[in-house]
Amino acid sequence: MLDYLVRRVLLLLPVFLAVSVVIFLILHLIPGDPIDNLLKVGSGPEARAKIAAKYGLDQPLPVQYGIWLWGVLQGDLGTSIITRRPVAVMIGQVIGPSLALGGMALAISSLGGIVLGAVAASFRDRWPDQLIMGGVLLGSTLPSFWLGLLLILGFSVELGWFPVSGARGWASLVLPVATIAFGGIALVTRVTRVAMIEAASRDFVLLLHAKGLPPRRIRLAHVLRHALMPVVTILALRIGWVLGGAVTVEYVFARPGLGSLLIKSLSQHDYPVVQACLLMLAIAVMLGTLLGDITQALMDPRVRSALR
Amino acid sequence: MRAVLSALRTPKGGIAGLWLVLVALGAVLAPWLTSYAFDIQDLPSAYQGPSAAHWLGTDEFGRDLLTRILYGARVSLSVSGISIGVSVFAGMVLGAAAGLIGGAFDRAVTICVDLTWSFPEILIALILVAIIGPGIAGTMAAIAVAYLAQFTRLTRAQILAIKGETYVEAARSMGASNLFLLFRHLLPNALAPVLVAGMLATGDAIILEATLGFFGLGAQPPTPSWGAMMAAGSALLFKAPGIIVLPGVAVAVTVVAINLFGDALVRALDIKTRPREG
Repeated sequence: MLDYLVRRVLLLLPVFLAVSVVIFLILHLIPGDPIDNLLKVGSGPEARAKIAAKYGLDQPLPVQYGIWLWGVLQGDLGTSIITRRPVAVMIGQVIGPSLALGGMALAISSLGGIVLGAVAASFRDRWPDQLIMGGVLLGSTLPSFWLGLLLILGFSVELGWFPVSGARGWASLVLPVATIAFGGIALVTRVTRVAMIEAASRDFVLLLHAKGLPPRRIRLAHVLRHALMPVVTILALRIGWVLGGAVTVEYVFARPGLGSLLIKSLSQHDYPVVQACLLMLAIAVMLGTLLGDITQALMDPRVRSALR
Repeated sequence: MRAVLSALRTPKGGIAGLWLVLVALGAVLAPWLTSYAFDIQDLPSAYQGPSAAHWLGTDEFGRDLLTRILYGARVSLSVSGISIGVSVFAGMVLGAAAGLIGGAFDRAVTICVDLTWSFPEILIALILVAIIGPGIAGTMAAIAVAYLAQFTRLTRAQILAIKGETYVEAARSMGASNLFLLFRHLLPNALAPVLVAGMLATGDAIILEATLGFFGLGAQPPTPSWGAMMAAGSALLFKAPGIIVLPGVAVAVTVVAINLFGDALVRALDIKTRPREG
């Protein structure tokens, strides 16, 4: 197992380097020279050269990339062009609310989705299945920002149960989490249902039935356990999605977070912040897949031996 | 074609298909269906509820909501349809090339696809719009690129799966060239699943277009798009909820219809939605 772990972590290094190159290059693809944003109106070419030298922008691209990467590895994400504060501090401020929202949404999506998916699979093609699958269709097609606005309209404006926006206290988490979890539950339910139906048709299930094991035990202890493999894969991929895909929900509920910081800095052309946000999201995505692969290796000996 | 007809004959597929035809007709015939213009303001009649003159009421500038939803369908449907079309075409070319050529080219394509695949589409689209600039062209390019990975991956997996079939081996042993194999055997057999995936992705693209419009990055005013209408409505959430609810219903029902019809099509064609990864 340790062998597998070391190999899997080492595999991340080239991916991280590739991602960092892409993120670094994005800054140079966006139209507009970053120096123009830093210059005061009416400055001459000397001031321009000075700023270029200060930020290392007069160096060739590979050298600039090296400087940037070296800083990132030491925890220096640069300084925001607009707020003039260290980017690491700004990221530190939003990462908490982002993780709270994403973590809660992920937990509720996985729990609710697995339960609903298992119920739907056991009542296949009967009314509980059809009811759940109808909800799944809605959950995967309603635009999340619209759902969020409707929830605000219903629960905050009409009923007054939860605050309209902001990130103070637990009550403000309820509606955003519900908005993200609605789509998340739909996804997990669909995957769980299909995986369970597929696992139930395997030979070993037939053997268990022949052995005389009660059907409920077979379903919960054997079929569900096998069906959880693809669910874990989807959930692990979802970790990055929940952090970054929450952009719209954070925007609608005016919550501080990685997504809303990214949108704001994109529109203000605050490139160091954009780079840092993207880097954080990329790291989250990579850690998510790593976590998923490790869980899979723990659950399935075939995965462990495949990498040997 | 036969599959489309048999999909239409199922109850769910039939209703969904009917709605899609209605929306498409409404979008194309919008100028003849309504006597109002989508961009002329009529301030005295702002914030009206549904009436005989305005079936769905009016917005904050007194413009007829039904008219704006019909014209909004033009933007939303054409933007998502065209961009997914481009994306499917480019994805098929890339995926087929990767699957057929193999080697270093295949590895390079796979790495790029996996990289974009692991980021949410909305983030990719947002970054691209930031590079290209807001507006309809930027939105279309962003949607096309955001879904490119999906179609490349699917086509490549299909090509790899079919490449090993006996009849392809037989054709190759008789001296068929790669290009002949591609157009005669591989692409025709890989086409159906990719097209169905494209149809289902059009639904997601409508939501993505609405989301970009909601951020103010899509079609610019006064051109109505469903997302831009909801963005305008969100500021008036407390005063006139109808302005935001109605375009949302249009988006939701259309996307549900696309999904139902796509599912019926999958059943009629008897294909697996998620083929084994190659």
